[in-house]
Parts: sequence; C-alpha cells; structure tokens
Amino acid sequence: MMAQEAAGHAAETAAAAGTPAVEGGAHAAAGAVHAVAEGAHEGPFQAGDFIFHHILDSQSLELPFVGEVHLPTLHIGPWALPITKHAVMMWIVFALVVLVLWLATRRRSTAPRGMHNVMEAIVVFVRDDLARKNIGHEGDRFVPYLLSTFVFILFCNLLGLFPYMATATGNIGVTAGLAGMAFIMIQVSGMREHGVVGHFRNLVPHGLPIWLMPIMIPVEILGLFTKPFALCVRLFANMTAGHVVIASLIGMVFILQKWWVGAILTVPFALFINGIELLVAFLQAYIFTMLTSLFIGMTVHPSH
Amino acid sequence: MELGNSLAHFAAGIGAGLAIIGGAAGIGRLAAAAMDGTARQPQASGDIRNAMIIAAALIEGATLFALVVCILLAVK
Repeated sequence: MMAQEAAGHAAETAAAAGTPAVEGGAHAAAGAVHAVAEGAHEGPFQAGDFIFHHILDSQSLELPFVGEVHLPTLHIGPWALPITKHAVMMWIVFALVVLVLWLATRRRSTAPRGMHNVMEAIVVFVRDDLARKNIGHEGDRFVPYLLSTFVFILFCNLLGLFPYMATATGNIGVTAGLAGMAFIMIQVSGMREHGVVGHFRNLVPHGLPIWLMPIMIPVEILGLFTKPFALCVRLFANMTAGHVVIASLIGMVFILQKWWVGAILTVPFALFINGIELLVAFLQAYIFTMLTSLFIGMTVHPSH
Repeated sequence: MELGNSLAHFAAGIGAGLAIIGGAAGIGRLAAAAMDGTARQPQASGDIRNAMIIAAALIEGATLFALVVCILLAVK
C-alpha cells in the first residue's frame, strides 16, 4: 500500500512539473517501489530478532563510524575456529585488565593513590573476605585464581553495559569454561589436601551406616557436578536476563511507535534497569568467586 | 504452529512463572529473616549479609534449574 502511495505521489509531482518530467517521475516511482520492496524484505519490526541480535554471539562486530565488520574464521589444521563477537570482547577484557593492573602497579608506594587504591581494595577484599574467610589459613594459595576470576567476570559484565559492546559472560560457553575451571580447581585442591583416595572418601560423611552408601554416593557424585553447573547457569542467566529486559524496553518504542512511550516508559525504565545491571555486574562477580571459594573450602575442610 | 509445539510454549511459560514464584518466596523469606537479624544485632550485619547472599545464590540456583527446563521446552 505504501508503494502505491509513493508511486502515486511521484506521479503527481511529475504531473505538476509538466510533461518533460514524466520520465523522471516514472524513475522516481520505480525507485520508490524498489526502496519499499527492499524495506518489505526486512518486514515489520521483529522485537524477538532485535533482542536476540543483541544477546546472541555472532561473527560480526558493530563499530562506531565504521559499521558492521565481518570477522574471519581461523583454520588450524582440520578445525575451523571462527572468531566471534564474544571472543573479541574477551580479548578486550584481557587488554583492559592488563592495562589497569599496569597503571595500578606503575607507581607503588605505602600510601596508594588513584588506580592503585582501587586495585588494592579489590585484592584485599578477595584475600580477606573470600579466600581467608571461606578456605581458612591455606586460603592465600587460592588468591591468584580467585582474583583472576573475579576481575575477569567483573570486567566482562561491565563491558557489556557500554554501547557497541557485548557481554561475554552472557554466553553459556564462556560461563561453562569458567565453571569448568572452578570444577578443576575444587577437585584438585581436595586431592592435594587429602590425596586422590582420601578426597573421594570425603564425599560421604565418615561413620555413615553401610546401607545408606548406595543412596549417598550417587547423590554426592551428582553434587560434584551440579555445583559448577549452577555456577555456569547462574552467571549466564543473570547477565542475559538484564540485557533482555533492557532490549525489550527499547524495543517497545518501535513496536508501539509513539513518542510518549519512549519518554515515559523506555528512557526512565531502561536507565533504572541499567543501574540495576551495574549492581548485578558486581554482585555476580562476587557470588561466582565467593561460591567457588566456599566449595574449595568445603573440599579442603570436609565435615566429619 | 502445531498443537504440541504451542503446548510446549504454554508449559514453558507456566513453568517459568511457577519457578519464579518459588524462588521469590524463598528469597523473600530469607531477606525478611536477615533483616530481622540485622535489626536485633546490628554489629553482626556483615556476617548475616554474607550468609544471606550464599543462601540466596543457592535458592536462585534451584530456580535457574527450573528455568533451564523451561527454556529447553520452549526451544526444543
């Protein structure tokens, strides 16, 4: 219908301009029809597509002023390794962490200032409130791992709040990798403390009646895997859910197509959810690290 | 859309809602108890907050398992 209107309008313009313009008018009409046909190719606004484009990983990167950049696929031997948006985000996080730590440790002094102060607060927090509190006196050995996890997750979460960026922790592959590292860390710390046999003997409480063993052992073995699985899904779901809510609020303007929807609903609520996301970014990094240290503490000091 | 598919979407929606009711009730009770404890003994607020966050994360984990089942139903 729009195409007809556009064509009719173009024909009217041509008629008003006189006969010589008829050909130009026909051209314009054809152009308008073409443009509308191209527009019809995208169809009406699909909120689902818009949201999932924002959430899901893809092989293209949107850059300011440049537009969409297609990322290459690496071929290593028989394997194809596509470089995706979230992989690029993780590289940016690595670079940022290195840069921030370099800036923080560049001028060391007993009275820290600026960036040094911030990083020292984070390091001391992870050492005292997470490692030592949950693991005990051997906790200091796990501080490097816990600190790396905390800072990486925090930077990934926060990077997703910037325009043109994506949340790498909103990808279940990334969180599964982090949870796999936590799983290895938990098991290896238990084995180092009690030996391989002792570690698996600690699965069930000592002095358990023998007839309870067939029930307890499968449950506890299942428990070994559900802990990291819960870590993985929790981080993924929390980071994805916030972005879905923000994208839905923004998509509402395009669905309803009223200016006051944007003014009353979208801008205040999206800002509010963005503020919540800022809190969630810190909270989820904290919860992931704290639960990891708690599980390490549970395997190092099993209940007897 | 065939009937089975739409029923699966229906079940996913209902299930997500029920899971959220359970999780919200659990975290609500937990927060109420933590607030009570903090009000009675403000000097223990740090410990109470830590214990609350651990318990809240575990409740949330159970809720998320239910939500994963719902997602699997919806996108199967």
